[in-house]
Amino acid sequence: MGAIQNKLAGPVSEELALVQAAKRGDDSAFEELVRRYDRNVFRIAQHITQNREDAEDVVQEAFLKAYGNLAQFQEQSKFYTWLVRIAVNEALMKLRRRKPERTVSLDEDIKTEDDSLPREIADWSPNPEQQYTQAELREILSKTIHGLPPGFRTVFVLRDVEGLSTEETAAALELSVPAVKSRLLRARLQLRERLGRYFQRREPGDGKSGGARGEDVKNDKDVASGDGDL
Amino acid sequence: MKCSEFLTELTSYLDGVLDEKTKADLENHLSWCHNCYVVCDTTKKTIEIYRDSQLYELPEDLRSRLRSAIMTKCQQHKKRGPQSV
Repeated sequence: MGAIQNKLAGPVSEELALVQAAKRGDDSAFEELVRRYDRNVFRIAQHITQNREDAEDVVQEAFLKAYGNLAQFQEQSKFYTWLVRIAVNEALMKLRRRKPERTVSLDEDIKTEDDSLPREIADWSPNPEQQYTQAELREILSKTIHGLPPGFRTVFVLRDVEGLSTEETAAALELSVPAVKSRLLRARLQLRERLGRYFQRREPGDGKSGGARGEDVKNDKDVASGDGDL
Repeated sequence: MKCSEFLTELTSYLDGVLDEKTKADLENHLSWCHNCYVVCDTTKKTIEIYRDSQLYELPEDLRSRLRSAIMTKCQQHKKRGPQSV
C-alpha cells in the first residue's frame, strides 16, 4: 500500500513572473492568475461555507483583495498560498455572518479526547463509490465532509483535495505544523468512519443491502449539520 | 509496533514521508494486523475518493462571469486608487 500522490499546481517560476507583471500594472497577468486558481478558490470556499452563493462571493472578494494588496505580497511564499489564506479568511467571515450566535474560527477548542479513534473496522466493498450514481456519491461526500468542524474540514481540503503541503497548509491557516498534522489525521479518520456507513461490504442476507441506499442518502440530510460540532 | 503507534504514524505513511525504518515497522504491523490494514486501506480510499470526486467544480459559464466581474472591479479599483479595497 503506497503513499497518496497529490495534484500539483503549475511551476512556481511562472507564477512569480505573472505576479511581478501584475505588480507592474499588467492586468492581463493578473487575469491569468485568476484563471489559474479560480477553481481552487471556489472549491475551498464552498467546502468551508457549504453554500454556493457564498463561495461565489468569496472568489470575487479574495481576488479583489489580492489585487488591491499585491504590493504587500513579499514573494517569500507562493502566491497561491497567500491567496488561499485570504480566501479562507473571507470564507470564515461568511460563516460567522451566517451563524452569528456561534464562534467560527480555526483556533476553536476542538475536542481533544480520542474522538477519532476507529470504532468501526469493517472493510469496504471493492470500488465502493461505484455502488452509487454520480449525484448520490456527490451528496454523500458533501454531507459527510460537512459533518466535520470547519477547522478539520479546511485542513483536509487544503491538504488532501487541493494538494498543499503540510507547511503550506500551516502557513495559509496560520497554524503550527503539528496542529495541521493532528487535525489532518483526525479529519481523515472521522471521514473514513462516516463514509464506512455507505461503503461497507454488505454480507448477503444481513438486511442492510439493496434498495434502501437512496433513502439513506435522503434521510440523512438533517442529521449531519456538522457545525453543531463546534 | 502497537496499533496505537500505527495510528500515530498513519498520516505520515500515507503522505510518503516516513523514514525507512518506521515504514518497515509499520508495514510489518500491517502484514499481520487485519484491523489496522483495513483502517489504513479505507483511509487511503477516503482520501482518493475526495480527491477524485470533482465535488464543487466551477461550471464554465459561471467561471467566466466571475472572472469578468473580478476584472471589472479590479479596473474600478485602479481608477479610484489603492486605498479603496
